[in-house]
Amino acid sequence: MRVVLSKVLFAIGTLLFVLVFNFFLFRIAGDPIKDLIRGNPRLSEAGRERLIKERGLREGYLTQFRIYVSQTLHGNLGVSFQTNQPVSTMIRKAMPNTLILVGTSTILAVIIGTWLGIYAAANRGSPGDTGVVQSSLFFYAMPDFWAGMLLIWFFAVLLGLFPTGQKSEPGADFSTLGYTWNVTQHAVLPILTLTIGIVGQWVVIMRSALSDTLREDFVTTSRAVGLPHHRVLQHATRNAILPVVALTAINLGFIVSGATVVETLFSWPGMGLLTYNAILNKDYPLLQGVFLVASAAVILANLAADLAYTYLDPRVRR
Amino acid sequence: MAADPPVDTQVALPGTKGAFGRLWSGTARSLALLRTTRSGMAGLILLVFFVLVAIFAPWIALQDPSSATSFSRDVMAPPSLHPLHPLGTDETGRDIFSLLVYGTRISLTVGVAAALVSAVIGGFVGIIAGFSGGLLDNVLTAIDDWFLVIPFLPLAIVLVSLLEQRAADWPGGKLGIIIIVIGITGWAGTSRIIRSQVLSTKERTFVERSRALGAGTPWVLRKQILPNVLPLIFANTVLIIAISILSESTLSFLGLGDLSKPSWGTMLDTANESGAVAQGSWWYFVPPGLCICLLVMAFTMIGYAIEELINPRLRERR
Amino acid sequence: MLLDVRDLAVAYKDKEGREVRLIDGVTFQLRRGEALGLAGESGCGKTTTALSLLGLLPQNLYRAEGTIDINSTRGVMHVHRRTERGLRDMRWNTVSIVFQGAMNALDPVVRVSDQIAEAIELHDPGMTKADVKARIAELFGYVGINPNRAKQYPHEFSGGMRQRVMIALALACNPELIIGDEPTTALDVMMQAQILELLENLRRDFGLSMILITHDLSVLAETCDRVAIMYGGQIAESGPVEQLYAGPQHPYTQRLLGAFPTIGGPRELAPAIPGVPPDPADVPAGCRFWPRCHRAQDRCQVETVEERPLGEDRTVRCLFAPWPDTAEAP
Repeated sequence: MRVVLSKVLFAIGTLLFVLVFNFFLFRIAGDPIKDLIRGNPRLSEAGRERLIKERGLREGYLTQFRIYVSQTLHGNLGVSFQTNQPVSTMIRKAMPNTLILVGTSTILAVIIGTWLGIYAAANRGSPGDTGVVQSSLFFYAMPDFWAGMLLIWFFAVLLGLFPTGQKSEPGADFSTLGYTWNVTQHAVLPILTLTIGIVGQWVVIMRSALSDTLREDFVTTSRAVGLPHHRVLQHATRNAILPVVALTAINLGFIVSGATVVETLFSWPGMGLLTYNAILNKDYPLLQGVFLVASAAVILANLAADLAYTYLDPRVRR
Repeated sequence: MAADPPVDTQVALPGTKGAFGRLWSGTARSLALLRTTRSGMAGLILLVFFVLVAIFAPWIALQDPSSATSFSRDVMAPPSLHPLHPLGTDETGRDIFSLLVYGTRISLTVGVAAALVSAVIGGFVGIIAGFSGGLLDNVLTAIDDWFLVIPFLPLAIVLVSLLEQRAADWPGGKLGIIIIVIGITGWAGTSRIIRSQVLSTKERTFVERSRALGAGTPWVLRKQILPNVLPLIFANTVLIIAISILSESTLSFLGLGDLSKPSWGTMLDTANESGAVAQGSWWYFVPPGLCICLLVMAFTMIGYAIEELINPRLRERR
Repeated sequence: MLLDVRDLAVAYKDKEGREVRLIDGVTFQLRRGEALGLAGESGCGKTTTALSLLGLLPQNLYRAEGTIDINSTRGVMHVHRRTERGLRDMRWNTVSIVFQGAMNALDPVVRVSDQIAEAIELHDPGMTKADVKARIAELFGYVGINPNRAKQYPHEFSGGMRQRVMIALALACNPELIIGDEPTTALDVMMQAQILELLENLRRDFGLSMILITHDLSVLAETCDRVAIMYGGQIAESGPVEQLYAGPQHPYTQRLLGAFPTIGGPRELAPAIPGVPPDPADVPAGCRFWPRCHRAQDRCQVETVEERPLGEDRTVRCLFAPWPDTAEAP
């Protein structure tokens, strides 16, 4: 129990740190008043004064921080330069799209990666293993957006099988079923691209962990008892999963960066596309908001993985 | 990259004094032994090829992309013999082949420089944390954990966007900013590995013995800790170079690169923006991505080969 | 005769495809209810021999020559000819093995009872859950652990207790032969005595045959009926334990026994045996031991040495045995 508590506390601590970091970063690196106004021609003089007062931009740092924290905790992440909409609303609309993309790709990558990793480790040194390792290396070295470009070119432009971007046909009128089908069509290439980007790393980690585990004594014991090959592999995999889960932190970073880039490439209306547009238009409030939400998501995912590890490994539980 | 277990290194060659002498002889030895690894060899050949291209760029390329004379009205043209454009032209009429050749310089320089920044920070933090122990260690480890959890891309995007405004004052301009940002966001993995290596070296009998004989801290650091740690930093840095190249290409693709000094990532960004994919102009977007892929593979293979060499435990696996 | 091993050789192919033998010409028998000790330095081939009896060689090793026959109550088994399927049938209910109790001889993430149950259910699928549970409690009783601890995980047991659990597991399917591969090496002297006593009692109570592998000669003296000394992948000498210890006929054994001081004996440091065991890929011509032998002569460097019988139940692999005196040369 104490272990769980300490991990949760650490996650909360990290979140708080991100909050503080976020605040100071934008205050220090830029001039908040100028940034607020920059590129936002829709603000009238009165509107600008109102915003400045709201954020207390002329007050001392401590007051600003207090306002910032209370605003954030209430879900107010500021107003976007580009659209004048609340940042939180924009993020809320974009989040589900990102989740579809990331969720499906991760599940696919984990399934394929685990299967390939087990196959490679169990047949270590064979031509199949070498093939798996080399292609994983190649996919890992490939920038994911480049993979996406190749896929678009081949499947969408040359073969015309899939649309080249966006979530659905703009302006078309759909029934629910028709809409779902249309979205699915649009989702195939982005999901495929992101999966390719993630899977290479996963295969290598899984293969390495399982290879190490297969050398342990208890694997010989399982064989000595007379267990068939697949049961022996089960024993080994159950143990090999542990270091793999522990290394999830690194994987998550890849997934986030992959999602950003893939959404940009395919104009998929998720948080990654928001980020890209924010960069283009120097929309700092939006950038800040996305950074906060993305970091929070990763911290929570890390916590989940950490807790999963605690559950899976009885040596840590007691 | 998966974190590696601590490493046992061999004693240095006689006649090479001091930590840097050992690093040098370690490098020489590694290069010699690298030739025995097939993939290490392949990586080395690839790397040498790219380095030569980067060095002799002005002689290999057909024009200098940064000079005004390279722009022309012949935009987005396919490969042709008259005028000589082996890979066609981009959206500003510049020769793509030349862009590719000069891009080698940028991608290599940024990748190596960023990795060096990471290595220096990570090495320092790791050694100090591992060696001092106590409160300093706890604080540094907490900072390190924080950097590990925060997703790289959102943080890098935020930092680069903010610092962009100061690009004029920064040495190296925009590229300098990118180098620093990638370096700052990437040191956490290295420091963790180094710290655990320092810890395990510190506990070994030969260190305890020298302290019992009255050796002071600087001596122990220089003569005993450093020789065990530098080879590991070296191997790790090579792998970090690979990651840095990918990071730079991602940031450039998202529009945060320096358009006046195009890297391969920038080329992919402009290719995408100018509709090269939709038009099927494969000569524009396939070569840059392929180069990134090959260069990253080269560094990764070399890095793995070096790791295998300095870690006898890994070596026995083959 | 329960076990009959003849001319067993196990090898691997090196990078150039040449055969490198880890053990060569290994021949021994084991009677029902007998305890055979297999002793020698690290790397002499003891574990390889043991694993061969179960058909458990790692992937790159293969049987180059020889036969392994087990005369079990379930029929005659030619282990060397069995398929993987046949070997799995035979494992654990005819021959079982207790490994050195390193941290990970048991699966760390599975409860101990589940691991034993898995073995039982594998070879006896008809048993009900209740029967299996009762059997596990029975096994724990034999090895002296509280049956309530069965649902714990391996890391919750201390080293000595974990070895007992491994022994309980080894007994689970009523084997006729138990192999102990350095079962007490990782334990302190007190636990070592307990485990050896436990093995002795079990052997007596269940009529088990045992092969005990160790590099500790004093352990063998206490528990075994017969001993085989291995060197460089071959059996250097074998015979009943009292005879062998009283009058060793192979120079290697002579030096080994000399290395163990007796309590009442002269107070002097025994001389170490100079040199290192041979690399299987680079075995010396002639007798494998001659580079380190204190009684080597010119013939030893050239002539191949066969294992010869020396009276009833005794063999030795030396050109000059029997030796008139068995003390070492000055």
